[in-house]
Formats: sequence, structure tokens, C-alpha cells
Amino acid sequence: MRYLPLDDEDRALMLARIGASRIDDLFADIPADKRLTDLIDIPRRMSEMEVERRLSAMAARNVAAGSAPFFVGAGAYRHHVPASVDHLIQRSEFLTSYTPYQPEIAQGTLQTLFEFQTQVAALTGMEVANASMYDGSTACAEAVLMAHRLTKRKKAVLSGGLHPHYAEVVGALADMAEDDTLRAPPDVLAREDIAASIDDETSCVVVQNPDFFGNLRDLAPIAAAAHAKGALLVAVFTEAVSLGAVRSPGEMGADIVVGEGQSIGNALNFGGPYVGLFATRAKFVRQIPGRLAGETVDADGRRSFTLTLSTREQHIRREKATSNICTNSGLCALAFTIHMSLLGEAGLRRLARVNHANAVALADRLACVKGVSVLNQFFFNEFTIRTPRPAKDVIEALVEKGIIGGVPVSRLLPKSGLDDLIVVASTETNSDDDRAAYAAALAEILS
Amino acid sequence: MNMQGRPTRPEEAELIAPTTFTGNRGLDMEEPLIFETGRLDATGVDIDDPEPFASRLGPHERAAPVGLPGLTEPECLRHYVRLSRKNYSIDAGLYPLGSCTMKHNPRLNEKVARLPGFADIHPLQPFSTVQGALELIETLAKTLMALTGMSAIAMSPKAGAHGELCGMMAIKAAIRARGEAATRRIVLVPDSAHGTNPATAALIGFSVRAVPADAQGIVTAAAVKAALGPDVAAIMLTNPNTCGLFEREIVEIAEIVHAAGAYFYCDGANFNAIVGKAKPGDLGVDAMHINLHKTFSTPHGGGGPGAGPVVLSERLAPFAPTPYLGRNGDALVMVEHAEGGQAFGRLSAFHGQMGMFVRALAFILSHGADGLKQASEDAVLSANYIRACLNDLMSSPYGDRPCMHEALFDDRWLKETGITTLDFAKAMIDEGYHPMTVYFPLVVHGAMLIEPTESESKASLDLFIMTLRDLALKALAGDRERFLSAPRLAPRRRLDETRAARQPILKWTKPAPG
Repeated sequence: MRYLPLDDEDRALMLARIGASRIDDLFADIPADKRLTDLIDIPRRMSEMEVERRLSAMAARNVAAGSAPFFVGAGAYRHHVPASVDHLIQRSEFLTSYTPYQPEIAQGTLQTLFEFQTQVAALTGMEVANASMYDGSTACAEAVLMAHRLTKRKKAVLSGGLHPHYAEVVGALADMAEDDTLRAPPDVLAREDIAASIDDETSCVVVQNPDFFGNLRDLAPIAAAAHAKGALLVAVFTEAVSLGAVRSPGEMGADIVVGEGQSIGNALNFGGPYVGLFATRAKFVRQIPGRLAGETVDADGRRSFTLTLSTREQHIRREKATSNICTNSGLCALAFTIHMSLLGEAGLRRLARVNHANAVALADRLACVKGVSVLNQFFFNEFTIRTPRPAKDVIEALVEKGIIGGVPVSRLLPKSGLDDLIVVASTETNSDDDRAAYAAALAEILS
Repeated sequence: MNMQGRPTRPEEAELIAPTTFTGNRGLDMEEPLIFETGRLDATGVDIDDPEPFASRLGPHERAAPVGLPGLTEPECLRHYVRLSRKNYSIDAGLYPLGSCTMKHNPRLNEKVARLPGFADIHPLQPFSTVQGALELIETLAKTLMALTGMSAIAMSPKAGAHGELCGMMAIKAAIRARGEAATRRIVLVPDSAHGTNPATAALIGFSVRAVPADAQGIVTAAAVKAALGPDVAAIMLTNPNTCGLFEREIVEIAEIVHAAGAYFYCDGANFNAIVGKAKPGDLGVDAMHINLHKTFSTPHGGGGPGAGPVVLSERLAPFAPTPYLGRNGDALVMVEHAEGGQAFGRLSAFHGQMGMFVRALAFILSHGADGLKQASEDAVLSANYIRACLNDLMSSPYGDRPCMHEALFDDRWLKETGITTLDFAKAMIDEGYHPMTVYFPLVVHGAMLIEPTESESKASLDLFIMTLRDLALKALAGDRERFLSAPRLAPRRRLDETRAARQPILKWTKPAPG
């Protein structure tokens, strides 16, 4: 077997050194009647060529986003990732290293995490950020738990503009933890008065911007209302590129900011792995979940980085930890950091402008299709359209014409009565031809 | 041969090593933070500004700068390549972290995970456009069920601890369905467990009751029986356990746990030792997470991403989270909303760690049933070989008996030397090795947990053993300075961790002018 360096001669010598007569002597602690005698019923070993052929055949049965005009967002976004990002994250020293528990031989990982934390704090307008969470949705659930700890209250109020999956993740965990969740009804037009739902029991209000339907929201009045009741504002984003064009959550008074970092540096990957971003105020730092890289010096006085404040974490605090998280999204965070370093301020701002311009161009085109209306007043690179036919059927009909046209709202919010809405995204990867093809196909389907 | 009067012995070279202008030492280069070298107007991505258009950002447009510098591509490459060289990695050497399973990461897996048909598909595309992706998830799911002998699986957990949460949420849902949520509030957790176990139980409102291990390092049925009661919801037991031992009374434990109306959660972090040798389903397990980044070799990536699918018994299967795979005629679909069912809800935004699924399946197909069994045997053989070759010098907490895939030592043998487990670990760094896991499990004083995995050749194991023997002999001979000042040859010497925690500096800030 190509991955196993020991041969039978080695094995015999090693068994002899151990003083065992056969390998199963070493497995003697497994109860005899539970020890397997036959091979498990799965195929036997395959060559590299065979495995590649088999998996390539599966891959070929999928429509890759790059092979069609593609307008799907709703929590994950297709962006161009520079070739050097993927090259760098495949370096052995990043790819095949463990969590940096021995900082003397892990400064590469630790310094990049420190850079990541600095970038995330700057983008969100917050004072501190952690070294990443699994994804945006789990970061959101952790933010709610942190707000509970900080306020010693147990009720979270969720905006109707929050991504439905995020609301479900928060809701499932709250249900199990016996906390309260008030989930506002879907708020397609960003007209809800969420501040009115905040009371003296509320630990936090969770609001997404740009929201699930693509609307831009002003979080400042919600922050003020939350603070007046002793509650916190948890601001959520699913499209990190938007932070290059839209006011930061920190500027609008957010206390905890969580988001999905996939769209910088990371591929769509059918939903994972992604990278959760988590930022907050410095005074809350001892309640942050997950890992933190910090600066210090070594015995020679040289600047160095290490994991720190780990007395918050499960391997030290066990049942009193701020979270159970251990492994997070290190390599995806690295991809984020490298892509962000390549973009820089100038590149990020231009990328964001191009995204917005493309989305505006698409919205203008689709609004001209008979029977279609664009519902958003203000948006970044994503918006919602209403169609005269059920959105699910429209999307399927578009697939027949080779176009992946967006996400029917009913897929995430079934039985909400929102069967005629499609969430549509356009990034820098779409050309004007893509947009024209979409509008033409939609017009044909609806004629 | 030294022809020019230059020093050739290392000690001499060290004495005269010059202080350099750059601070670099040959290939070991100092590298500033990107914020100190990048410029706000520099970028490594060519994008043109769009043609003028009517913005729809309205009053929400960002006015303030972000304040993030950029680099051109060559500068960026150099920055991160230089940083990378300060890391130890599996590709560069044996990485004996116990409980972490640092095995070889095949590059085929990286290649296939990047096929556009897997990497460039969106989780919310119509199911008709992702049949191959769903087929891959189904194939991996069925394979994991076959390897564990369990009846159901939840694929969405994103790492081991997230898998624990999934399993414990399913258990809580099952207890609720029985109407016992108010009374069954306790989860039994052995002292030797990973910290994630008690943290997970506490996260969803359980209280933790500790179960001691016996003098042999295992949890006995008698100890579990003494801790069980009508208030117990579940036991979380790691098997093979964190001391590297198979829990010999596991079948009996499962029986008495079930008889008491509780569930058996198994922490599968150490599944690598028994793949193809025993099935958790045959041992009475109700739920177990599988760390794809340990047993099935998806890269650890400096701290993730991982993946933690959870296999479930028939009793817990109805409570598995959404989404899960289903069929609509011949077509595969993801069931995203379980109407009227008992699913406990959603654990994360989408379907799980697809990129890790592709890699894990490539690993499993490459090995096959025969290769996986051989891998487990080689992992256990290698750990026992290390144990046998070191136990005359180093002390084992549970005596001279076979271990599973990791060999555990304590620090009794260092007692008279004034050298700690940490000192010993740091001296290994100077020898070019990543240290073993130290001070875990917590129940063993000064623990050193060595897991070589199946990826090492005998020559590699022998050199590692000889190195540790040499260090041990030096420690016992009183060569304290070597250990107390280690590491001296790494990119950094020991760090001031106290300072890092007392005055936390968690991001770069621009120095004040002047």
C-alpha cells in the first residue's frame, strides 16, 4: 500500500522487539467476540489512477459554477481567488502542521493568525477578533451564547432579515440549551421595527447587513435601542466583500460582529469548509469563544506570537469554558489573510465597487423583464426579485437553459408564502454577456 | 576535511556565530508583519474601476477607510513563503502528537478536492445540478456506517467538538421525546476525557459528573455503575481512551448504561487504532463522531478545517439533524426541512465539510478494506514498538502492557533531575522533532503521549527512538542546561506566555509617531 512504509520484514522485527508473537496480541483488549475476523465489506485498495478516475466521474455529474452564467449567493459567493492563494495554502508547512501549541516551531501559523485577527478587526470596525470559527452560522450561534454570558440574560431577538439557516442554527442550539429565541417573521423589504421587540429580558438582537434578501440596513438605531435596554447588538454578514463598500458594523455601534469569510480566499466547496469571522469590543475579550493569537517576546527578547488567554478554552476550563470549539478553520483563515493581503485597501474597495456595479446592472436588466420586479431599494451585490410564476419552477426552467439563476426563497423558507421570490447575486465573475443571457432566458420563460 | 582553518564542529560554530545586520540566520529569516511593509495603494489583484453608474448603496456607503495595506504578488509570495518556513510540518518530519493523529496527507486528495465539479459548486444550486456531489456524500456516508457498524449518520458537523455537540443534541432530543428532560440532567465524563466532552455537555445544559479511571487507566463497569442513576442522560467515553488503551469493559458499560435508561456517546478521536479491527456498533455505542482530519487524513491545516460526521444507533437515528440525504425517485436530494419529524434542527448553514468529504473518500478508496486494516495495525504496532524501546528509561503510568495507537509516559522518571516534561519536549525541538502531546491526559502527572501513526518507516521510528533515548540518558546524567535553555536552535526560543496573557496584544496597531 503506497502510503504505508512498513513492510512485513519490519513488522516481524518490531513484533519480536515488543515480545508479541502476532499483531492480534496487541489487540487483545478488544473483547474476543467483538474482534473482526473478516475484512469490512467495502472495496479493496485502489491505485491513484483508479481513485482519480472514480472521483472525477462523480465531479463530472455536477454543473460547476464556472461553466454557466451563475447568480447564486444567499450565504456563499463565487469570487475569483488569485492563483497564488491556493498555491501558498498548499505549502507543506501550512497544510500539514497542527494547531500551534509549540510556538517556537509554529511562528508561521501564529503570525498569519495575528495578521488575520488584525484584518478582521479592521474590516468589521471592531477592536479585537479571534482566530476563526467553523463558519458564519456557527459563529452567529456562539455570539448569541456570548451575549447571554455578558448580560446574564437568556433571550435573543433575531431579525427577519437574518439568513434563515443562521436563525435555525441559533434556534436549535438555544432550544437545547433551554434559552429563549424570538425570531421575527421574514422581512423582505427591511421594514421591520426590530427595536420594538427588545425588552428587559433581551440579551441581544441579531441583525444581518446586507440582509438575506440583499437589503442594506442602518444598524445604528438598533444598537441604540438595544443599549438603552442593556442588550447587545450582534451584527451579522454573509458577504465579507461588502465590507469594502458598506459602512462597517463597528461604526454603527455593534457589540459583537460575526460573519462568513468564505468569499475572500475560499472556493464555494458545496458549503464547506468555510471560515467564521468573530470580532468584538476589547472589554469583552475574556468571553470570546475559540482561539486567540497574541504578541509577546521570546527568551532573546524577539517579537513572537503565541496562542493566548487559553484559560477561556475547553482544554483548560473543561465544562466552564466559553465554548467547546477546538479545531477551527485555520487554513481557510490563512486563505482569507493571503487574499486580503493581495487585495489591500485599494483592491478591496475596487472589488467591492465592481460587485456593486455588476449587481446594479443585473437588477436593471431583470427589472425590464415583463412581470419581474426588483424589491430592494438599497443593496450591495445581491437583491430579491418577484416573478409571476413560482420561483422554484423559474429556477428549474433556467437550469434547462443552462443558467443557474439564484435561490428560490421558498427553498429556505418553505410555507412562508414567499413562493414567488428569488435571491439573485452578481459578483465580479459575471460578464455582461452572462447578464444578458439571464434576462433573455427569464423573458422567454415568463412569456 | 577542514582545509581552510574554518571551524567545522558545531559547538565552535555556535560560539563564533555573528550577529547579523538583518537579524536573519541563513535560511531562518525574520519577517515583519504585512502591516509594516504593505502600502494602502498597493495591490496584487488587477481590477479596473467600473464605468460610472448610479450607486444603490444609498446612505449605507462606507466613507471611512478600512486601513488595510496590500502587497503585489511577488511581495506577497515572499512574505508568506518566509513565514511558512518557521513551521514544523508532517511533510518535514515525524509529528508524534498523541490524540491528534498526524499522519501523511496524500496529495491526490488535494488534487481531487479541487476538481471544479466539487470545489466550484454552490450549496444552494438546484439538486439536479449536483447529483455527483450528493453521490459522493452518500458514498462516504455509507462507507463510514460500514466501518463503524452503525445505522445512521449526520454529515454536517464541522469538526470533532461540533460532532460531539451533534451527538449530545440527538441524545437530549431523544430524552425529551421520552418525557425525561427534566430529570435526566447529568452526563458522566471520565477524568481523562478531552476537554471538549465536558464543555459540550455543559453547552446544552447538562451537568458533568466525573467518573474515575482505575489503576490500570481504564474506566470499569463498577465505577460507571456507581455513578449511574435515574438522573443520568448519557456517558461520554473515549475509546480507545486518551491513555492509549482500549476500554476493556466497554461492552458491559454499554449494557449497564442502557439498562439505566441512558445513552452511550463515544468520542471517536482515536478511531484510527481500531478501523477494520472492531466496529463501535458492535460495542453498544449510540453515537460517535469521526474526526475525518485524524483517522481519514484530511490535513490539519495549522488548526483546521476539520470535519466530524456522527454515526448514530437505530435508537438515535430519528433525531439526526437536518439536512440529510434523501431520494426523489432516482434523484438524490438533501432533505432540508423535516416536516413533522423528530430531527433536532440544523447544526450549521449548509451540508457539511464537502472539501473534507472528497479528501476522506479518496483516502478510504485508496486504502480499501485491506489497507485500512493494515493502517490500524501499523499504527498500533509502531506505538507499541516505541513503548517497548523506551520503557526501560521512561516510566509508564499503567505498567508494561500493550497500548493501542499511542504510548503514554509520565514524569516519574525525571523526578530527581530537575527537568520537567516541558523541558524535555523543548529539547526535542532542538533535535528537529515536534514534541509529543504533553500534560494530557490531565490525570497522568507530566504526561507525554506519543502517537507515531502508521506513516513512519522503521528507520524513522528507530531514529526517533534513539534520539529520545539519548535525550533521556542526558537528562538522567544531569545535563540540565541542555533542557532548561531549550530550544536554542529553533526560529524562536521559549516565549513569555505570561506577558502574552497579562497584557494581551491581539492585533497590530500603528506605532505612535516619534
